[in-house]
Amino acid sequence: MNAIHREEQQALARAVLEIDVANHPGVMSHVVGLFSRRAYNVEGILCLPVGDGRQSRIWLLVNEDTRLAQMIRQVEKLEDVIAVRRHHAEHAVFTELEDFFRP
Amino acid sequence: MTETLSGAQITVRLLERQGIRLVTGYPGGAILPIYDALSQSTAIRHVLARHEQGAGFIAQGMARATGEVAVCMASSGPGATNLLTAIADAKLDSIPLVAITGQVPKSMIGTDAFQEVDTYGLSIPITKHNFLVSSTEELLEVIPRAFEIAASGRPGPVLIDIPKDVQSRAIDVDTWPAPGHALPAPAAAAGQIAQAAAMIADAQRPILYLGGGVIHSGASRLAVDLAEKAHLPTVSTLMALGALPVDHPLSIGMLGMHGAPYTNLALDECDLLIAVGARFDDRATGKVAAFCPQAKIIHIDIDPAELDKIKTAHVGIVADVGDALAQLLPRVPENARETWVDRIQALKTAHPQPLPGLDNPRSHFGLIAAIAACLDDEAAIATDVGQHQMWAAQAYPLRRPRQWLTSGGLGTMGFGVPAAIGAALAEPQRTVVCFTGDGSILMNIQELVTAAEQQVNIKIVLMNNAVLGLVHQQQTLFYGQRLFASEFQAMPDFVGVARALGIGAVDLDQASDPLAALKDALTRPGPCLIHAGIKAEEKVYPMVPPGAANRDMIGA
Ligand SMILES: Cc1ncc(C[n+]2csc(CCOP(=O)(O)OP(=O)(O)O)c2C)c(N)n1
Repeated sequence: MNAIHREEQQALARAVLEIDVANHPGVMSHVVGLFSRRAYNVEGILCLPVGDGRQSRIWLLVNEDTRLAQMIRQVEKLEDVIAVRRHHAEHAVFTELEDFFRP
Repeated sequence: MTETLSGAQITVRLLERQGIRLVTGYPGGAILPIYDALSQSTAIRHVLARHEQGAGFIAQGMARATGEVAVCMASSGPGATNLLTAIADAKLDSIPLVAITGQVPKSMIGTDAFQEVDTYGLSIPITKHNFLVSSTEELLEVIPRAFEIAASGRPGPVLIDIPKDVQSRAIDVDTWPAPGHALPAPAAAAGQIAQAAAMIADAQRPILYLGGGVIHSGASRLAVDLAEKAHLPTVSTLMALGALPVDHPLSIGMLGMHGAPYTNLALDECDLLIAVGARFDDRATGKVAAFCPQAKIIHIDIDPAELDKIKTAHVGIVADVGDALAQLLPRVPENARETWVDRIQALKTAHPQPLPGLDNPRSHFGLIAAIAACLDDEAAIATDVGQHQMWAAQAYPLRRPRQWLTSGGLGTMGFGVPAAIGAALAEPQRTVVCFTGDGSILMNIQELVTAAEQQVNIKIVLMNNAVLGLVHQQQTLFYGQRLFASEFQAMPDFVGVARALGIGAVDLDQASDPLAALKDALTRPGPCLIHAGIKAEEKVYPMVPPGAANRDMIGA
């Protein structure tokens, strides 16, 4: 990504979604598929198990878009999704990882 | 009592405990353990379809006619992929299905084994939920849960993919889980109900807009009660036809692309739209920005994601529509609303649905009317997809919820015949009519053999115009009359085909007295094909061009 493009990208409003899910193969496809079928790009993804491993937490970094509210409702509808929380783009979960993503 | 049972036996037992008495499907290697266990069941009858898509739509016909979760089965690989269209169709129309597919043994998954496809991955976007069962023990949890999910909230299809080794392995079972049933839906917020009631009381020109959710929720009676109490002129989507009898004085018919002129014009004038179990589908709304431009919106739906998806509601109520209507009914004041009801009447008179040839049984509308005249409201009406479907929607006097079985959301040609078989299997006391076209019937023609074998009481009315009518119509109207790939060069002898596949057939074109021939065919029990030639030039009118506002109807 060139520098100008990168700045443009950052100028876009972003949102961070925190999604608690049942931890099993396939749950990631369910969540991400809702975005891909709408040609809604997911800019960042993080996922790790929480607690005893029966649940995982997925963090998504997405662009603000008029469709975001609908997206969240669709995600909430998935059987494997326990909860969805929405944060602003500066949430530490992605900013603290920036060192790992230097070009 | 502890029993040692294979996964296949457990699956069948769980289906029995669920109350399932009829399943449909098609066997193959990866599901043979389940078929073997099924052969030992005295409670469950299996109807063999002649194609997995047929099985999927037979199950849909059962589910649509009864409202109960229906089960279909297929093997791995091509069996599973053949089911997918019927599952996608069920998803878009919110039909409760449990589809069980065999899968290659776990140890072979991911090796491109014979007849291995990623059924789980393929079915994610077209199911309400899906499972790949990884152990025999898990079946005890997954199967009841699949039924619960299929039936709860907004119904939908659930797929369970079961590897062959999971079916074959035996485990000890000492306790059985409770069968899975619909969970209660969240109750409507009282404040919102009060607000909605106040808006209805204040409205001058309200319209009640019923969608398929009213049928699914069994709320038709309540919707009629509300309409009558507050004198709400009522429109139905394609999926809601039958919720309100067409000839009810407050009925203003089906809205949208092929809605009646007065229906779409009335919506243009309304100041309050009360959407109940409807999802503002593009075929219903036309150009959204021009849909009910003056109206405030009350939207009641069990699926929170439907609220504000297409149109932002002034009051959005997440609830089972039956519960919400029951709460709303006592709070809405009686109102004769004479000015508005008179205005609607004037629109009806000035802008009626064109129904040419209604008394000529050799024309499309006349044929539909003649069939209706031979039957009562106990008959069920299935359709395929095309002009014949829209003509039936416009002209058949539907008066009963679940009387009308049609593929709305996906619009799948090939739906009609197997869905009619399913409905007739589930409710053998009924006559089930299937309106079909010469294109659609060929998409699942093999199911005529199933119909013959089961001797179901279905009457397939083939409106043969020798073209893919709806495509022909669009090419004529919107593509400079460049007819391409919509006219059939070869035409089978459908009467001969039906007879060869084992069902009775009559050609109305050859009958000197078509009415008598029709009556005879409709009243003789068992499956029958009724063939009727229709002119290829006939159009479905009115028609709102795709993307246009509903007020801009061609042929109105
Ligand atoms: C499986 C499938 N393929 C294609 C279409 C597109 N399509 C919609 S209506 C239609 C023509 C249907 O022809 P026919 O069944 O003969 O009915 P008619 O319109 O002539 O009454 C077609 C091709 C579809 N709806 N479903």
